[in-house]
Amino acid sequence: MTRVDLLRVPWVGRLVRSRWPQVLLTVALLTGFVLAIVAGLAGTPVGNRNFGIVGVWIAWWAALMLVAVPVLGRGWCGVCPLGAVGDWLQRGAVLAPGRRGLGVGRRWPTKLRGRWLQNAGFLVLALASGAILTQPRVTGLVLLVLLLLAVGVSLVFERRTFCRYLCPVGGFVGLYSQLAPIELRVRDKRRCAAHRDKTCYVGCAAGSGCPWQVYPGALDRNPPCGLCLECVRTCPYDNIAISWRGFRSDLLTAPGHRPDEAFKALIMLGSALLYAAVFLGPWGTLKEAALGVGTGAWLAYAGAVVLLLVGVLPGAFLLAVQAGRRVGRSELPLKRAFAVYAGALVPVGLAAWIAFTLSLVLVNGSYVGAVVSDPFGWGWNLFGTTGARWAPAFTGLLPLAQSAVLIAGLGMTTVVAVRLAPQAHAERPLGQAAPVVLFALGVTLGMLRLLVG
Amino acid sequence: MTGERVARLLVLAAVVGPLGVALGGRLGRRQGSAVVEVHARMASDGGWGPGAITVGVGDSLRLRLVSDDVMHGFAVGHTTIPPKDLKPGIPEDVTLRFDRPGTYTFYCTRWCGVNHWRMRGTIVVSGVGAEAAEDDREPVPVALDLDLDAPHPAAAVPGAAPDAARGWPLVAELPNADRDPEALGTAAPADVYLRLRADPAHAHRTDEELWNLVAALWLSAGSPAERRVGGELYAANCAACHGEGGDRRGVMAPALAASLPPSTMPGRGRPADFTDRRTMLGASSALLAGKILRGGMGTGMPNWGAILTDEQVRALVAHVWTFSLSDHQP
Repeated sequence: MTRVDLLRVPWVGRLVRSRWPQVLLTVALLTGFVLAIVAGLAGTPVGNRNFGIVGVWIAWWAALMLVAVPVLGRGWCGVCPLGAVGDWLQRGAVLAPGRRGLGVGRRWPTKLRGRWLQNAGFLVLALASGAILTQPRVTGLVLLVLLLLAVGVSLVFERRTFCRYLCPVGGFVGLYSQLAPIELRVRDKRRCAAHRDKTCYVGCAAGSGCPWQVYPGALDRNPPCGLCLECVRTCPYDNIAISWRGFRSDLLTAPGHRPDEAFKALIMLGSALLYAAVFLGPWGTLKEAALGVGTGAWLAYAGAVVLLLVGVLPGAFLLAVQAGRRVGRSELPLKRAFAVYAGALVPVGLAAWIAFTLSLVLVNGSYVGAVVSDPFGWGWNLFGTTGARWAPAFTGLLPLAQSAVLIAGLGMTTVVAVRLAPQAHAERPLGQAAPVVLFALGVTLGMLRLLVG
Repeated sequence: MTGERVARLLVLAAVVGPLGVALGGRLGRRQGSAVVEVHARMASDGGWGPGAITVGVGDSLRLRLVSDDVMHGFAVGHTTIPPKDLKPGIPEDVTLRFDRPGTYTFYCTRWCGVNHWRMRGTIVVSGVGAEAAEDDREPVPVALDLDLDAPHPAAAVPGAAPDAARGWPLVAELPNADRDPEALGTAAPADVYLRLRADPAHAHRTDEELWNLVAALWLSAGSPAERRVGGELYAANCAACHGEGGDRRGVMAPALAASLPPSTMPGRGRPADFTDRRTMLGASSALLAGKILRGGMGTGMPNWGAILTDEQVRALVAHVWTFSLSDHQP
């Protein structure tokens, strides 16, 4: 697909280069974030009447999964209030570029780089999701801890260390941003190579050096870039493009090759299955164990989930990749093939999350009206919508929509897996890809069983 | 004002705004002290909060009732105040006024969990009123000095369920002394059956006929309207443990047994089986009323004396007899 450089559209270019739209959006989201914390901690403990639960896990989650990630990729990270507060403190400014603010600016230890900490963080949140998603106090506490952690890390370590190495949401968004039709890249790499000052990385009077520690001239995938747009402002040659491209571009042009990223894809995929089973499945005992955080039943549940997500599922995928290597007579080492083909699971994983989110949102979306008028559950009626009844929407179409999304995800995974085969140096590309596609088919059928029946 | 300053003010407002709104809301609620906010939570999480409220006779008591977890209900015992359902997180306002001093019990009317019956609180109404809410008269079971915990096996048991309908014509033939409601209220059906069996005047009747007669005598103690009220009270308050058909197969029965500590008392933790004629026909109406009023210490059976009126208890007893003295079908 031909790329369309959006920054060449005059009004888009003006919007992106000005800091105001980004700051205003971030401040609005920060208001919502603080409101969610306060409502969670001080409001009603009834989840569906508390903004902490409804605003975050229904409204925000729906916007993230159905719009932001599939369409804008890392777009959320560009306006996320969690990382913005630390960023402002580091720069000593909210709007003005290039100032010196607070913070020691130490480098993040080399040994802790990579996605393992993000994977662990996401796993911990997944294990406690029964409490986080249903109890406002726990949600408020988790959001507050994340905010304090993000600010604390930014005061000790350089740039967006928290966003890049620790934020569990950032890891999730980054993984699936590979599919997004939006990308930030340089227009001419030779211009970057020739640019001695590298203002995009070190900063200048027009803006900060890349907070995400990325050199745009070498950027070939979406995950490392947080779409903070600083490089658009600091490049003296107007050499940055934000383009509309085809879906799945990263997966084919720059497949992942690291085990931490492969595990991330598998943990996210397994988590989608887990959430669907716990929150939408018919197993009361499972749900009870997941909700009873800290109880003996929950410990057993947590152990089983860890085993499933970091043992059984990756093990099964490893067997599928190994079978593909044998059938396809691939020369690629197993470890490398495992990492490369994990990228093929990104479409089916995103489809699983979207399908799960559709259930969540269409069934529970009507709670949003009530909490907007009464965010703390104290009997207010600010906008006259407190009495809005719970009214599931379009549930008749839900199975159809979920099936379509899941099948589309499987189709995209199949295309990616087949087109990755040449990179695996396989003599029989289809034979190499087949077991991976079968693995994805199993996951898709599992999701269909859980969501559609 | 520079753009940077405006941006900083916006950030400040974003952080302080929600905190200010919450704080203002809290203070506003406290200043509106005329309203008492009462939170309902399952008994295991604290029950009613506050659990004790005071008010003067004739004063308006404005309550804002909020369920913090599941569906609850609010009602006040010994009053005609209609019950109020409390949906989770949706405040309900009620205004109460008491004409008589005393201690009233408010309670949950929805089966919110195995310890639902523990969800009780008190409203102490002080001052001078027409008459005290608490009846100074001794309840009949106390006046009779009944041992509510003693086993009461029936001295005789019919082979099949008696048919009260066939016993009605025979009741009219009994002398008035045998139909005295007060005497029947303190007697067990099995004892009355044995007395009639021993009476030469009934020697010509079969055992089945006599049991039909006894059943008719007992069921005639309550009017159809009273039994209907009793049925409604039973469905609302008793069926969850004792079962809709009185056979202790209520949905809460297994959880009730599991919730009680291990006990050496046989049968403790299992609701009474009202269909078991071997025990039921050895009990009197006064004994059943006593059990309802006091409850079963340590058995999970709540005391209803603080909630039900004497008329309601009588209606309930009249309904309970239908399980063992007729071919009652739920």
